Amino acid sequence: MNSIALLAILSGYLAVLFFIAHWAEKKGNSKWTNNPYVYSLSLAVYCTAWTYYGSIGVAADSGLSYLPIYLGPIIIAPSWILILKKIIRISRVNKISSIADFISLRYGNSRFLGAIVTVICLTGIIPYIALQLKAISETFHVVSKTNISSLVFNDTTTYVAVALALFASYYGTRYVDASEKRKGIVTAVAMESVLKLVFFVVIGIYVTFFVFDGFDDIYQKASLLEKFKEKNTIGGLPQAINWFLLCILSMFAIFLLPRQFQVGVIENNRENHVNTAVWLFPLYLLIFNIFVYPIAWGGNILFDGKEVNSDAYSLLIPQLFNNQTLTVLVFLGGFSAAISMIVVSSIGLSTMVTNNILIPYNLIGKLKGNEQTISSKKILNTRKISIFSLIITSYFIYRVFGLNYSLVSIGMVAFVIIAQLAPAFFGALFWRRGSRLGAIYSIIIGFIVCVYTLIIPYSLGLTSSSSTFISEGYLGNHLLKPFQLFGLDYLDPIPHALFWSMLFNCITYFAVSVSFKGNYRERNYAEMFVDINKYSTNHENAFIWKGTAYRNDIEKVLIRFLGEERTKRAMNIFNLKYNVDKNLELADARLIKFSENLLTGHIGTASARILISSVVKEEKITLPEVLKILEESKENIIINKKLTETSNELKEISAKLQEANQSLIIKDQQKDEFLDTVTHELRTPITAIRAASEILHDDDEIPEEIKKQFLQNIISESDRLNRLIDKILDLEKFETGKQTINPTKNNLVQTVEKSIEPLQQLIRNKNIAIHIESKDVINAYYDEDRIVQVVTNLLSNAIKFCPEKEGLITIQIIEKDNFIHTFVQDNGKGINANDFEAIFEKFYQSTNQNIKKPVGSGLGLAICKQIIDHHKGKIWAQQSLKGACIAFTLPKQKADFS
Amino acid sequence: MKKILIVDDEPNIVMALEYTFKKNNFEVFIARDGQEALDIVKSTFPDMIILDVMMPMVDGYATIEQIRKDDNLKHTKVIFLSAKNKESDIEKGMALGADAYLTKPFSIKKVVDQVMELLS
Repeated sequence: MNSIALLAILSGYLAVLFFIAHWAEKKGNSKWTNNPYVYSLSLAVYCTAWTYYGSIGVAADSGLSYLPIYLGPIIIAPSWILILKKIIRISRVNKISSIADFISLRYGNSRFLGAIVTVICLTGIIPYIALQLKAISETFHVVSKTNISSLVFNDTTTYVAVALALFASYYGTRYVDASEKRKGIVTAVAMESVLKLVFFVVIGIYVTFFVFDGFDDIYQKASLLEKFKEKNTIGGLPQAINWFLLCILSMFAIFLLPRQFQVGVIENNRENHVNTAVWLFPLYLLIFNIFVYPIAWGGNILFDGKEVNSDAYSLLIPQLFNNQTLTVLVFLGGFSAAISMIVVSSIGLSTMVTNNILIPYNLIGKLKGNEQTISSKKILNTRKISIFSLIITSYFIYRVFGLNYSLVSIGMVAFVIIAQLAPAFFGALFWRRGSRLGAIYSIIIGFIVCVYTLIIPYSLGLTSSSSTFISEGYLGNHLLKPFQLFGLDYLDPIPHALFWSMLFNCITYFAVSVSFKGNYRERNYAEMFVDINKYSTNHENAFIWKGTAYRNDIEKVLIRFLGEERTKRAMNIFNLKYNVDKNLELADARLIKFSENLLTGHIGTASARILISSVVKEEKITLPEVLKILEESKENIIINKKLTETSNELKEISAKLQEANQSLIIKDQQKDEFLDTVTHELRTPITAIRAASEILHDDDEIPEEIKKQFLQNIISESDRLNRLIDKILDLEKFETGKQTINPTKNNLVQTVEKSIEPLQQLIRNKNIAIHIESKDVINAYYDEDRIVQVVTNLLSNAIKFCPEKEGLITIQIIEKDNFIHTFVQDNGKGINANDFEAIFEKFYQSTNQNIKKPVGSGLGLAICKQIIDHHKGKIWAQQSLKGACIAFTLPKQKADFS
Repeated sequence: MKKILIVDDEPNIVMALEYTFKKNNFEVFIARDGQEALDIVKSTFPDMIILDVMMPMVDGYATIEQIRKDDNLKHTKVIFLSAKNKESDIEKGMALGADAYLTKPFSIKKVVDQVMELLS
């Protein structure tokens, strides 16, 4: 294919990716970008061009040994539920933005450690990026059937590299806070993961079912080739150990590779997304690997005896059959695999370079000194430039050194180098005693072993010098042969290097950590990392700090990075979260940790710490003191929990008390009102008696007729007074429970008739007709004297309210369920519906009246209600067509009247 | 002849007051609640009103408020006669424009003396 046309296709493809990134960035939190599938697919950035082309090469040249690279992650994936989630939580809480930040923070915010980790990552990953660029470049030339131009600027792939560098530096640095999520990049990476898998499966199906006649066909033909058998056996115990070590290596890689840390931890939106990744990611790898073997051996069959690069089989096979579309598709899949690795890795590395080397070692001095504000722009530009230069540097490394090793071997070297972080990294998660010195020495020593056993011999290979270093050992000492160190001769170079470097690395880590205790800061972070679940919501509380600090100074530092408004907002959040008075002058440990966190995303943990400590006065705390405080804070957390529970209980109790108090107050008020009313009611007859008596006493000329009237008044008012007192006492007895009732079996109809008897005179006087509607006998259990009292009261009211003419009172007694219902109905003016309940209150006052002035004593119905209540019945007023209707019920059976 | 209006819903109390003031040469009017009283004052313009506080419908406080609004009644004296005898009740009554506040039970003689004093 014409290289211009291919370049055009590539540009179109890149444009689509730009568009996807742009769209996802805009969409932000929509379900299209923020879901577990995008997350899981983005993890497939693990499958680089190396997977896409290289594993075919390995399968073709040396059989099964490509497999451990995928077996490791598949085996370890279930542990993500525990380990990856823990890492994510620690990173989220501490605003960690790279693996260098992660390790340096855990070991006491160590600037030096952060820098070492960064250097290790750069050493491992830059050649790896170069490798990806090599893959793009070489496949480009395979597809376009051109040769690499010796002049860099004549080579089209140079421009591809530049375009990639621009894309990565633009979309990778949208936010100053490096711990922010880059939705655009992640979505584009997930998209590329889908494409590379689809294209790979397509070529797999093409080779298996179109070029050949299924898996069996390939196997049959391949088994006739030379060395088929030896390539496809594991090869005894030594080879099994090789496999085992390679699996371990890839397990480390899936956690530690900067690009995996970037997509798996930093870009993780929800911890729960890990649950999907646990099955989806291994499934992805499995699908990817189904067709590696058929393509590899298909290529071996087709190109038997020809000198071709087995890495390029997936392109060469369709090309051989002149299938241009398929060739381009496969090329695009490989391109996807390469660029997602390049972009994500360079973003991760640039964050490390800026936050762990440039800012803490260079910029920080300037920042501490003068008052100049460091603009977000400056940080962003630094990061942009470093992403750009990382990619361009890698490209030139590829161009200068050529990297003539196969894709797989350089990738593996990177794995071994990155694996040097493993003891310090996993120790950070689970071992409190792991110390800063242990981490520093272990990484350095492990790296030195790597340099000796891998980097030097590989570099010698690259420069093709005629040194005897590999065959004879250093200074001719056979025990120091780099690939057979100390006589260990049955391991391949990669597992061999891993074995020795890890051995020295781990021993150093444990020995140094155990021998030299870390400082209090390390111990503090050790606690926060290992026990992250305890501190994830209030980790500021777990931070131990002693000294003097002023909020003002800290705020000034924050303003320089975040600006006035964001600082203010952050401070408000802090005040609210910990319920701190905003006028407080002194800052506490929590505020210091909070502020460090705010800065961490921008400039890394080490620099954040240096900056904050430049404006506060910290006092040294001894390690035992820290341990004591930590122990106490553990207890405090337990006590706090209990306290919260107790305080909640107290709150409930106090609410209940308040309620009770409220009802007491109401009762008190009611009591006052009751007393007021009672005294008024008692005074009224007394007033009349006194007035009449005074006249009778003082006035000798009083006419006989009037004298008699006054005497009559005195008698009736005295009776009224007496009745009132009786009723008040009655009511009091019922209310205080002193009144008991003695229910016996009675005929209610008879009782009603008995109640009417004394009222007959009144009824006749007012010409009232009275009817009883009921059966002859309706038996119930009740205290007859009391029910007579009730009926009498209801009838008296009815008589009182009956009109002067044609008064009519109807008493209806019916049995209904377990109760006997009695209705007393008159044809008077009736009761206002609003008063249906109030009339049963003592000295009830109708809502239509604005002053207490009961008709009658105002106690009658209240007493009726007490009596009926004591009989476990009900009394109420109800709607009726004409006049008032009061109803009450009595239980048919003997109820428990206690 | 001076005109006196007795406003109370207790007939026996009214009867005693009516007898006493008639004997003391007053023209006596009677109302059983505030509304009735307000109707009567419009046509009779009494010199003196003896007013109960707790009455159905329109109470004594509301009654005096209406009376004090009426310019034609500015010379009318009002005495509260109430069983409500708390300091606050008395203060409220006086604040509404009463000329005196007597509590129940009362001495007829004292009531008459108070009325005479206010009218002299």
